[in-house]
Amino acid sequence: MPSGTVPSGTVSSGPEHGGPAPTTRRRIRPADIGWYVVLSLLSLIVLFPIYMLVLRALSNPLAYVAQGQPLRPVDTEWDVFIKAFTEANLGRAMTLSLLVTVIIVGIQLLTSVLAAYAFAFLDFPGKSVAFIVVIGTLLLPIEVTLIGNLETIRGFGWLNSLEGLTVPFLATAFGIFLIRQGFAAVPRDLLDASQLDGYGHTRFLFKVAIPVTKPIIGSFVVIAFLGAWNQYVWPRFATDQSSWQTVQVALRSIGSDRVDRLNIGFAAAILAALPLLALLIFFQRQMIRGLTAGAVKG
Amino acid sequence: MTDLPTAEVAGEDLAGAGSGSRRPRRQRGRDTLMALAFLAPAIIVFAVFSYYPLYRLFWYATHRQPRFRNKEATWVGFGQLWDTLTSSDFTSGLVHSFQFMLYTVPLGLVLGVLLAVAAHRRLAGVKIFQTIFSSTVATSVAVASVVFFTLVNPEVGYFKDVSWLSLNNPRSAMFAVALTTVWQNLGLTFIIVLAALQAVPDELNEAATLDGFSAPQRFFKVTVPLISPALLFLAVVLVVSALQAYAQIEFLTGGGPGDSTETLLYKIADPKGVRGLDVRSGLSIGLFVLTAIVAFVQYSLLSKRVHYGE
Repeated sequence: MPSGTVPSGTVSSGPEHGGPAPTTRRRIRPADIGWYVVLSLLSLIVLFPIYMLVLRALSNPLAYVAQGQPLRPVDTEWDVFIKAFTEANLGRAMTLSLLVTVIIVGIQLLTSVLAAYAFAFLDFPGKSVAFIVVIGTLLLPIEVTLIGNLETIRGFGWLNSLEGLTVPFLATAFGIFLIRQGFAAVPRDLLDASQLDGYGHTRFLFKVAIPVTKPIIGSFVVIAFLGAWNQYVWPRFATDQSSWQTVQVALRSIGSDRVDRLNIGFAAAILAALPLLALLIFFQRQMIRGLTAGAVKG
Repeated sequence: MTDLPTAEVAGEDLAGAGSGSRRPRRQRGRDTLMALAFLAPAIIVFAVFSYYPLYRLFWYATHRQPRFRNKEATWVGFGQLWDTLTSSDFTSGLVHSFQFMLYTVPLGLVLGVLLAVAAHRRLAGVKIFQTIFSSTVATSVAVASVVFFTLVNPEVGYFKDVSWLSLNNPRSAMFAVALTTVWQNLGLTFIIVLAALQAVPDELNEAATLDGFSAPQRFFKVTVPLISPALLFLAVVLVVSALQAYAQIEFLTGGGPGDSTETLLYKIADPKGVRGLDVRSGLSIGLFVLTAIVAFVQYSLLSKRVHYGE
């Protein structure tokens, strides 16, 4: 609304929408050089903020501002990453985050696989009602239920506890649907055949259904890890002691107390993102499959 | 807990609607028991932490909290909920949430498409650019907020003197905060649009070229219609993420200046503790209704598209 906002206009004046039309040769043609320029400029939009974070983490905060904010580090302090652990207790926050994330992902996987199996392979009365109950939770994200859930865990005495941080997230409709979709690709005949061979459901689940669905389960684990590690609103309000702060919540207070310690907070943010960067690099395929699952299925 | 009995009762009339299997009765009984055991963990979590809090929201929204903890809350009726949902507190939160959406959704979509179109071509080294463009998927909203702290903080931010990014001005603060979200979502939007572009068959574009379509014509007449389901999905994801924006506001502005960046969720979470449980619950119900509307719009658009496809 404010007139000074300048949104899309500045941005879309960049390249022409050339359509994909990937041509056959791999030689670099003159036309390609234009695309390299465009791609580099776009990379700048993505990378400049990250560069600023690294730059500010490495620079002495007071000296940097005094020097008029150059684009290079000022009075480089390499030990800032160590200080994040020794002075800001980042180690404890990281350990807590890892523990919370592993518990959430592990149990989500279990509850999702079991529920998905029931929907995919079992005939039982009330199936459609159960399905609606699961779909309904999509309308009830933690942001909506925040107030009610805070009162619930207060009643349980779960403020500042591992239970309070994990239990509300031990089941997920996303996981159930994603894995059910994977199970749906397992031919029904396979179940019938295995039952003729005297396999029970439990053995079929572990010997056939899960192994066949491994790629989708892998995607789910990566996406669930991403979500659990990155969540903010719930751990922010389900705890009020600094010793129970997850990494994401701790970022709010680290270094913000004194201006001359700001770079410790910036370093902490980099360290908090590293585990996920590793995840992105090593499990790129799983992550992309998981992220696009909702978009492509239609 | 209440879910299980209702499920069974309602199930009687639906039993015949199953997959029409001719399994022996004994096996069906076993299947039912097994399904109960397999579904129970998830259903219990949903009952306690999704549905019960919804009931609590309505309860708080229709009761007056006692001044002292040892007194009982008293029922005052839906009038109180109505008052909350017609208060200026709610409408200003709503306006700010919509403002946030207006800044993040179109810009996010355009940038995502731009990145994906640029990186969707056979070019030596294009994989490197694709990795760069996806990289913000790894950032959490808290990390993204720290990143933008270094850019727009009024004291130490790199752009502290750029007036249209000023956090001190109520007219520009929300835009600066919203850019955090636009940037953080770039990776996700890029990945999804790229996947959609890769699913468009090359022959279609070749045929359009032979028919004399120019590059922009090909893009808008061939590509856009084919990737529109992905774009719709993204629009919904971005709208929902705007409704759920919180950390960026707390990190960058604390709701200010004035209340210019207090979105609906910020008022619900109420980090400074200025609202009662009754008001925050009423506001939560408002957020619930908005979430439901978004879901309904997505559903009806999707089913329309499926019809069209057939």
